[in-house]
Amino acid sequence: MAMQAHADLLAQAGEVEGRSLWQDARRRLFRNKAAVVSMVILLLILVGAVLAPWLSPHPFDEVYWDRIGMPPDYANAHWFGTDNNGRDLFVRVLYGARVSLAVGFAATLVSLAIGVIYGAMSGFLGGKVDEAMMRLVDILYSLPFMFFVIILMVVFGRNIILLFIALGAVEWLTMARIVRGQTLSVKRKEFIEAAHAAGVSNWRIVLRHVIPNVLGPVVVYVTLTVPEVIMTESFLSFLGLGVQEPYTSWGVLISEGAGQMESAPWMLIYPALFLGVTLFCFNFIGDGLRDALDPKDR
Amino acid sequence: MGRHLLRRLAIGLPTLFIVVTLSFYMMRLAPGGPFDQERPIPPEILRNIQEAYHLDEPLWRQYLRYLGGVVRGDFGPSYRTKDFTVNELLAEGAPASFTVGGLAVLLALALGLAAGITAALRQNSWIDYSVMSLAMVGIAIPSFVMAPMLILLFAVHLGWLPAGGWGNGALPFLILPVVSLALPQVARVARLSRGAMIEQLHANYVRTARAKGLREQLVVLRHALPGAMLPVVSYLGPMTAALLTGSVVIETIFSIPGIGRYFVQSALNRDYTVVMGVVIVYAAMIILLNLAVDLVYGLLDPKVRHD
Repeated sequence: MAMQAHADLLAQAGEVEGRSLWQDARRRLFRNKAAVVSMVILLLILVGAVLAPWLSPHPFDEVYWDRIGMPPDYANAHWFGTDNNGRDLFVRVLYGARVSLAVGFAATLVSLAIGVIYGAMSGFLGGKVDEAMMRLVDILYSLPFMFFVIILMVVFGRNIILLFIALGAVEWLTMARIVRGQTLSVKRKEFIEAAHAAGVSNWRIVLRHVIPNVLGPVVVYVTLTVPEVIMTESFLSFLGLGVQEPYTSWGVLISEGAGQMESAPWMLIYPALFLGVTLFCFNFIGDGLRDALDPKDR
Repeated sequence: MGRHLLRRLAIGLPTLFIVVTLSFYMMRLAPGGPFDQERPIPPEILRNIQEAYHLDEPLWRQYLRYLGGVVRGDFGPSYRTKDFTVNELLAEGAPASFTVGGLAVLLALALGLAAGITAALRQNSWIDYSVMSLAMVGIAIPSFVMAPMLILLFAVHLGWLPAGGWGNGALPFLILPVVSLALPQVARVARLSRGAMIEQLHANYVRTARAKGLREQLVVLRHALPGAMLPVVSYLGPMTAALLTGSVVIETIFSIPGIGRYFVQSALNRDYTVVMGVVIVYAAMIILLNLAVDLVYGLLDPKVRHD
């Protein structure tokens, strides 16, 4: 799932390649050391998550009755120790990475799809329609969404697909605002007028001419949304509303570790470290992208 | 300004209405009810209970009844905590929740502004770099990770502070929950205020103030600071929402008898009225705070004031 989502993101990036603006930005991004290091670390975590079954001799749900709650033990290849049920923590952290990253990317894609289309339509149509659409966003903004997500998870059970959709539906609001603002500035440009004159339909203008030209800030916001979603998923899992046994996510592991932190601190520290480092990396990449795409710097 | 406020009010009421409607119907969509038990209740008794709580009426009647109650400030009885109304439960949890939440807001603002402005005044110095790196750490570590870590360090290893409990709101019991709730927000406020302050310090009117020979202190406090406050003030709304959400977890971790702790428990128990009560109270607080933010915004920003 994570790979699929990632591949989709890459495909999108591929579409806009070849423009001098993006080449420019890429060069500047690669000169940002923090961002490059972050990308390398994230890539390692991603590869680790995908190759999890082959990186450890232990299956993620195998219970070793004689090794319950053991600290890191290199002789038996329990590099991060074992959890309270005698399962290898290293492999569980990597399996948790699968769920956390998959939720992060998938929910971000959902929010991207809704936010970009909604924002672009609103900004492009303008006038009364724009007013009404943005008023709706204002109203939704002041809803305590997390509480609705919690209710949803309680009501419909801990369904991971529903989690993607619910989190995506929460995160699209800011995306819509950003895209609308950008659209307003793009839609007065000559090439839009030219498209109108050539008789292109509104839908096609939005899809082919407006959206590609507002992608810059959207890309930045996407890299900031992914960690936001990962954090939210962990939050829900921490409350016991996330994925179900034997599957796991970083939030579940942290929650289990927090209960054992006096006797078995490694159960808290390793998953917390992975979550923290991942959030760190995304934030650095987001900052790097923002600097790289900032026209003021050029 | 007046028009602006009026518009906000006009958004606030429908928002609250949507919150009530949405949470009512979402809770009712749930399979299972508040009176499900391991051993089924005899049908006659169940019918009596449902009749007592009006659960036998058609859904729209129940909805209207509930809406009417909310308008009069009555959130109804709790289904699970016998002999308690939701209002009583909320009133019981409110002091603890508001103490922790309010202190967290104050801490986030005071510490965040101080750090952000210091960093901006010494831009590109080691102070600036260390403040910004720390802020990055604060943003990347969610409060439900920060809280156990702090407990591990200050309660378990050092033994300086209690690991949980409420102690009737005594200071030692407050420190860890407030700090772990506020830290991510301290980091965000610091980043916001640093950026805004740097922008202000390069503004023309600040240069004018300097040119006419004002003391640096006055230039910073009187001229640059109000402008630098704007983004922070407008962040207050989202910040409250984040703190309220975070408080659900913080109250659970530290076993604080607040509103947030009821929320998850009641949702799992299908105690409809308590869940809805909490959501509505939280939503109302966010809306009110946004209104207050708009007022302050108008006072700080002449562009809005004369609009």
